[in-house]
Amino acid sequence: MSEMTYRDAINLALKEEMRRDKTVVTYGEDVALYEGAFKVTRGLLSEFGELRVRDCPISENTIVGVAVGAAMAGVRPVAELMTVNFALLAMDQIVNHMAKVRYMFGGQTKVPMVIRMPGGGGSQLGAQHSQSLESYFMHCPGMLVAYPATPADAKGLLKTSIRDDNPVIFLEHELLYNSKGEVPEDPEFLVPFGKAAVMSEGEQVTLVGYGRMAILALQAARQLEKEGISCEVIDLRTLVPLDMETVLASVRKTGRAMVIEECWKSAGLGGDIASRIYEGCFDTLLAPVRRISGLDVPMPYSRKIEKLCIPQLEGIVQGVHDLLNEPY
Amino acid sequence: MAETLRELLSEDELLRFYEQMVLCREFEESCAEQYSKGHITGFLHLYSGQEAVAVGCTAGLQQKDYILSAYRDHAQAIVRGAEPKKVMAELFGKATGLCKGKGGSMHLFAPELNFMGGYAIVGGQFPIATGLAWGSQLLEEDRVTACFFGDGSMNQGTFHESLNWSRLWDLPVLFVCENNFYGIGTEVHRASAQAALHRRTCGYDIPSEKVDGMDVIAMYQATKRAAEWVRERQRPYFIEAVTYRFRGHSMSDPAKYRSSSETDVWKSRDPIINLSRRLLEEGIATQEQLDDIAKRCLAQVEESVRFAEESPWPEDAAVWEDIHV
Repeated sequence: MSEMTYRDAINLALKEEMRRDKTVVTYGEDVALYEGAFKVTRGLLSEFGELRVRDCPISENTIVGVAVGAAMAGVRPVAELMTVNFALLAMDQIVNHMAKVRYMFGGQTKVPMVIRMPGGGGSQLGAQHSQSLESYFMHCPGMLVAYPATPADAKGLLKTSIRDDNPVIFLEHELLYNSKGEVPEDPEFLVPFGKAAVMSEGEQVTLVGYGRMAILALQAARQLEKEGISCEVIDLRTLVPLDMETVLASVRKTGRAMVIEECWKSAGLGGDIASRIYEGCFDTLLAPVRRISGLDVPMPYSRKIEKLCIPQLEGIVQGVHDLLNEPY
Repeated sequence: MAETLRELLSEDELLRFYEQMVLCREFEESCAEQYSKGHITGFLHLYSGQEAVAVGCTAGLQQKDYILSAYRDHAQAIVRGAEPKKVMAELFGKATGLCKGKGGSMHLFAPELNFMGGYAIVGGQFPIATGLAWGSQLLEEDRVTACFFGDGSMNQGTFHESLNWSRLWDLPVLFVCENNFYGIGTEVHRASAQAALHRRTCGYDIPSEKVDGMDVIAMYQATKRAAEWVRERQRPYFIEAVTYRFRGHSMSDPAKYRSSSETDVWKSRDPIINLSRRLLEEGIATQEQLDDIAKRCLAQVEESVRFAEESPWPEDAAVWEDIHV
C-alpha cells in the first residue's frame, strides 16, 4: 500500500494497463502534450509515445465514435472527455452507437472502450460546467457506469474498466482529485463491478452514496457516531451494474435508508434506488426512504447559493435526524 | 477513343459485375413485394438504381478492407458476400437473420466479411469509420476503411469532425458519397450551400473526385485507384458517386417531389441496362447468357424469401441476450 491522490491513482491505473497491454491507447482534448486539463494523464506521452497517447480536436461526438470504431477494430481505447458536461455533445455516439452496436448487430461485435469524464459541481464553474449527469448514463442500457469515491477504487475500477469487454463510462469527481488514500501497489489489484463497498458498518440508518456523495455520507456517519447514532455507509462504486443486494441487506438490518445523489432530483437515480428499496424490503422499513439530491436548478455561480444546490454534510446529518424522528 | 471492356477487365469479372447488380435489383424489388404483403415491416429503404456504386466500389477494394454504410445497406452487404437468404431473414425479423433479427433492414452486419455495419442515424458512421481506420492502422493490418454515406449526411457535424480528424491523424479512410440528389425530399442544392459536393473536402485538405455512379466500370476504376492511393499514403480520399434512386426514400415515400421526366432521364441511364448493352455490343455475352444470369438471380431471391418465411422467430429469451459481453 502507498498513499496517493485520486488523481495519481487514476494515472497509475492508466500507466499499469498501458504497460501490460500494448493495445491500450488513450486520447482526448489536451491529454498528451498538455497532460490533461486536470493533469490526470501526466507522464503518459513521454512514457508511451505519440502513437498511443494522442491529442485530438475539440470534437466530442467523434471522440466517442472513434473509440467505438477502434474498439471494434481490436484496440482498447481509453478516451477522455475533458468534462462530463461535454458528453452532451457526444450523446449520439454514446447512446445511439456505443451502447447499441453489440445488440443491434446480434452480438457479433464488442466494444471494449472506456470514456473517462471528470464532473460534478462545487467549484463555482457555473451552469454549463458543474453538472452531474450519472442518471443519464444509467438510463440507457448497453454500457457500464463506474464512479469511484476513493483513490483505491479509482485505480481498481479503472483497471477493471480497461480490461472489460463492454463500453464503460468512467466518472471522476473533480473535487476528489486531490483527496488521498491508501492504494494497493499490486498491478493485478482490480475492483470488481457490481460490488458495492460497505464503507462503515452501522445499525440504525443505511446511507447510500457514490462518488463524492459516498465520501460525504461517510463524514456524516462519523459525525453522527459522536452523537450516538449508528449509520451504515454504502458506496455503490458502479451504478451499472447496480449492487442492490448489498443495499437491501443493509436496509433489512437498519430499517431506514437515505440515498444521497449529486444529480438533479427529478428522474434522478435516487428515485430509482428508493423504488427498488421499497420493492425489495417494504415490510422491514421503519420509515420512508429519504433522498438528499441536487436541487432542480441550473447551477448558479455565486458560492453562497451554489452550495444550496449540492448535497452538503449538514444536510445529510439533519436528514438522518429527521429520518430517525419519523413517527411510525 | 474509349477503351473496350475487355481491355479493362476479364469476361468473368464483367459478368460478375452484371450478376451482382441484377441480384441486388431483384432482391430489392422482392423486398418491396414482401413489404406490401406485410412480411417486411418497419423502415425499408431500397437501393434500386444505385447498384453500380456498391458493385463497382466493392470490386475496387480488397476483401480485408472494412466497409460501412448507412441505412440503405442491403446491396452493400450482399455484394460484400452476405448470403441473400440471411439478409432476407433479417428483414423478416427471423432468428436466422444476419443479426438474429435484432437489427433489421438498417442494421446489417457481417464482421467475417469485414462488413462493419449499416447505421441509421444520419452521419453516425463517420466517426466509427475513422476509429476503425485508426485501429487497423495501429494494428498494422494494411486495411482501407471505405465509408459509404448519402448526400444528406454531409450536413451533419460528424462529417466535418471526421474529415478533419482523419486528415489530421492521416488515417486510411475512403469516403464514398452516394449522391442520389435527395435527402428524403430535400434536393441537394436546398440543403448544401455548395452543391458540388466533392468540392466540400478542400477545407480539410482531402483530395476528391466526382464519378459517374451509374457506370459500374467507372466506379470500379475510380475506387481501385483511390483505395490504392489511400493504402499507400495512409491518408483519406473522397469520391462523390453521382447516382439516383429509382424509388422513394423509403417505402412510405411516393417521391412526389420529383418529376416523372427527371426520373425517366435517370432510368434511361439504368446501370444494369447500361452494362448489358456494352456486354452485348462488344460480344462479351449473348442475350441468352444474360437472361440465364437474371433467372439465376431471381431463383436465388425466391429461395431467400422461402428461407425467411420458413425460418423460426427469435426466442423470447433473446431479448436479454447480446446487451453485454
